[in-house]
Formats: sequence, C-alpha cells, structure tokens
Amino acid sequence: MENLIEIEHLTYGYQERAVLEDISLAIAPRDFTLLIGPNGGGKTTLLKLILGILTPWSGTIRFQGETGGRLGYVPQSARFNRTFPISVFDMVLTGCIRGDNYLSRHTREEEEKSGAILEKLALYGKRKDNITDLSGGQLQRVLIARALVSEPVSLFLDEPTTAMDITSQTDLLDLLAELQERMSIMVVTHDPTPYAQSYRHIACLNRRLYFHGRGELDSATLEKVYGCPVEILGHGIPHTLLAAHEEGKRP
Amino acid sequence: MSAILSYEFMQNAILVGIMASIVCGVIGPFIVTRRMVFISGGLSHTAFGGLGIAYWLGIRPLFGAMAFVLTAAVLIGRQEEKRLSQNDLFIGILWAVGVAIGILFIHMTPGYAPDLMSFLFGNILTVPRADVLITLLLTLIVTGAVTIYYNGFVAIALDEEYARARRLPVAALKMGLMILTALSIVTLIQVVGILLVIALLTIPVAIASEFARNFRRIMLLSILCGILICLSGLMASYFIEFPSGASIILIGGALLGVVKGVKRVTNRRKTALP
Repeated sequence: MENLIEIEHLTYGYQERAVLEDISLAIAPRDFTLLIGPNGGGKTTLLKLILGILTPWSGTIRFQGETGGRLGYVPQSARFNRTFPISVFDMVLTGCIRGDNYLSRHTREEEEKSGAILEKLALYGKRKDNITDLSGGQLQRVLIARALVSEPVSLFLDEPTTAMDITSQTDLLDLLAELQERMSIMVVTHDPTPYAQSYRHIACLNRRLYFHGRGELDSATLEKVYGCPVEILGHGIPHTLLAAHEEGKRP
Repeated sequence: MSAILSYEFMQNAILVGIMASIVCGVIGPFIVTRRMVFISGGLSHTAFGGLGIAYWLGIRPLFGAMAFVLTAAVLIGRQEEKRLSQNDLFIGILWAVGVAIGILFIHMTPGYAPDLMSFLFGNILTVPRADVLITLLLTLIVTGAVTIYYNGFVAIALDEEYARARRLPVAALKMGLMILTALSIVTLIQVVGILLVIALLTIPVAIASEFARNFRRIMLLSILCGILICLSGLMASYFIEFPSGASIILIGGALLGVVKGVKRVTNRRKTALP
C-alpha cells in the first residue's frame, strides 16, 4: 500500500440522515490536503471517521502499517472542556496517552519531548499556566503541541486559523510547511485563502466529495477551486458550481 | 474530647466521615468537570427505591440502596453511550420512579420504619460497625480504581473525542466512572442522606477550586475540606444536637460563602492598587 490512508465508499450519517455519501479519498505520505466545503457539509465528520472517533455506516478506511495508531488530531478549541483545571505542560503530556499505555505513568522521555515541543512552539514560558488563561491563538498552539508530542505520521487540523490573528496564521503556516517534511497534513477549513501557497490537494466536501488530484494546480484550476468555496458559502448552490471542475471524476 | 472518642458510635462516625471525605475528594472533581452533578442527584434518589424494597424484605438497607444505585448507573451509562434519547430526560424519570418505588414499599411494610429519616437526611451518629467496614471497602475500591485509571479518567473528562482518537477504551472508562460514582453515592448516603449527597460531591470541590487549579491538588484539597466540614458538622451534631447531615452541608455552604467573599474583597483590593 503506497498511500498512508485509503478511504473507500465511506457513508455515514446522524440518526437517519446521511451526512457523508460514498466518499473515496487517499492520503499519501507528505501530502498537504485542504478539505473545504460549506458549514454542515460533513468536513469535521469525515475527520472524525478517519480518526476513529466515529464508526462508518459502510465503506472502509485502510491504513498503511501502523499509521492508524499514529494520527495526530488538532480539534477546534470549542470542542473540548476548556474549563478543565490543567496546566499547558500537562495538557501537552496527555498527547502521549494511547490505548495501550494509559495505565502507566508518564515516562521521563515523554516529559522531555513535551518540553521540547513547547519550546519549539514558543510556549515554554507558558508551560505552568492554566489552559483557561490562554488566548485563542495560544490554545490552538497547545492543541498542536499535544498532537505533535505523539510523533504522528499524519496530522489532522480542524479549522486551525479560526481564532488566530494574521501573525499567528503566518507562524502556523511556517510550522505546517516544516512538518510536511515528516508527515501528511490535512486541514479542514471553510476559508482556504491562508493556505494558498501550502496545499497540494484540495477536496471540496458537501455530503459528497469533489477531489482534485495532483498536478492540476495550474492557475485556471486554482481560480475554479477558489471560486468553489466562495460560491458555496455565498449562494448555497454547490453542485452546479462544483460540476464545472469535477474533471471526469465521480460527482 | 477523649471521652467522646471512647464511644463506639463516635468512633464509627469519625471513621465514616473521613472515608466519605476521601471518596468525595477523589470522585467529586470528575463529577464536576464532567458535568455529572444531575446524574449524581438522580442516582442518589433511586437509592430510595432500593431502601424501600430492603425494608419490605427485611434485609440490610444499604444492600438494597447499592443494588438500585448500581443498576441505575449502568442504565444511565448505556443510555449515554447509545445516545438513544435525551439523557437528562431519562435521568429525571429514573429519579422519580426510584423514589416512588421506595414510598410504595415502605407503605406496604407493616410497622414504623425508624431508620428511614436517617437515610433521607443522613445520620452519621448511628452508622453501625458493620456499615463502617462496608464503607471502608467501598472507599478502597473507589480510590484504588481512580489511582489505577487516573490518566484515562482525566483524558475523558478533558477531551473525550481526543481520547477516542487515541484509541482509549472510552466507553468502558465512562461506564467505570459511572459505577464508581454510584459506589461513592452509596458511601455518602450514610453520612448526609439521599437528599443531600449532591452537596457533598460539589461543595468541597467548589471550595478547593478557589485555591487550586491543578486537578490533583483540587482532589487533595477537596479531601481536606471534606474532612473539615464532616468533622465540624459531627461536632455540631453531638454538642448542640443539630441534625448531622444538615449541619455538615450548612457548614460547607457557609465555608464556601466565606471563601468566595474573602477572595472577592482581596481581588478588589488588588485591582484597586495603582
């Protein structure tokens, strides 16, 4: 298996309603995939299925080697208990916890790794602070640190720039560019603009998936791709617009 | 003082008070951070059903309470996992049905049920020695399980989805925490009674959270707060013959009020400085 992750004919929904239908998608090593689409289009749901937080109705997700156990997840900061009394350092340390080691104490090595990552993300001075005292941008970096401490081979970020000012955004993009040397990255966003220079694949998701392969990122395609989310969000008529740049792939 | 300690009922009361405080401090922070306060209220009230049946059958009331609370905990846990229906609706129903069963069986039991009031409102001064041993066992189970599964419980209290993504057995951990909550409630019912259990699970944690911002330290401080409150309430009950459960809770509530008030004044003074 050449790809890190291969998703085939994935379908999932809440209660009776399908949110995702027949999704097929592959993630190669060191890929940078941008997953865009309107609100409620199933972006976060797809992420949760890949991460094993949700179980699909049908379809398969296959992982290369031990990839399945080495996924990094940076959720939207609104999705966890922000009032939990925990320091930045301890929060990052929880990233080391896995299904097979959660009964043991944290090792010295894990603590050193957490410290090093905090240093790298310019958070070391904040390590003793409570997570409740952080700004949105700082908290986002803590969540990234928590994901990185487990040394993932594939990193998933859900709307990472939402709470960030322009400077933090630039820092994040620099970091992602560096991380891409070592891991595949998938970013879920409703606003692809900040990632214009970074991504290699773009996938438009609105219940079904509209995916662009490699080598299509000429200016004409870029223009179309850029048109896609803007139009979706503006008018809510994704299908007609997306059909224009579907390029022979299954709608 | 040593004269008081020579009474067996007083020794029992102090032991049970300390053990209850340990249980509160160990499980209370999880209940508060996981927002399980309403669940705890529901669980403690279903105990009344078990008590009623135990009276009717003529068996030890504590066992009846334990059977009911554990069953309710498993039902609520399963309901939560399947997300079959709105959980607070289900808890509300269990709460009321439990109490109704209790009332019915007590009505059907001939004669007067003398211990009934102590189960509703708690009476730490009448805990029999056998129940002290059961409380000790429950305390050991709760503290032991939380010590072993600490990282897992923190993971689900902090970020359940992340714990799932990291392949932790989230469903089992949630059910485990629910069952430990049930066991803690059974322990606490003896001290403050069915109606007041929630207070002992929340007040020490609320006081501790004013001073500590680290989960372990909140646990430790909650235990100390609990001991302070329980033993003060016990003394109030012994010397001025106040109902023990109510004394414990009111001392706790007053302490929380004082702590909050003092903090407010000192904070204002701090911000007033140039």
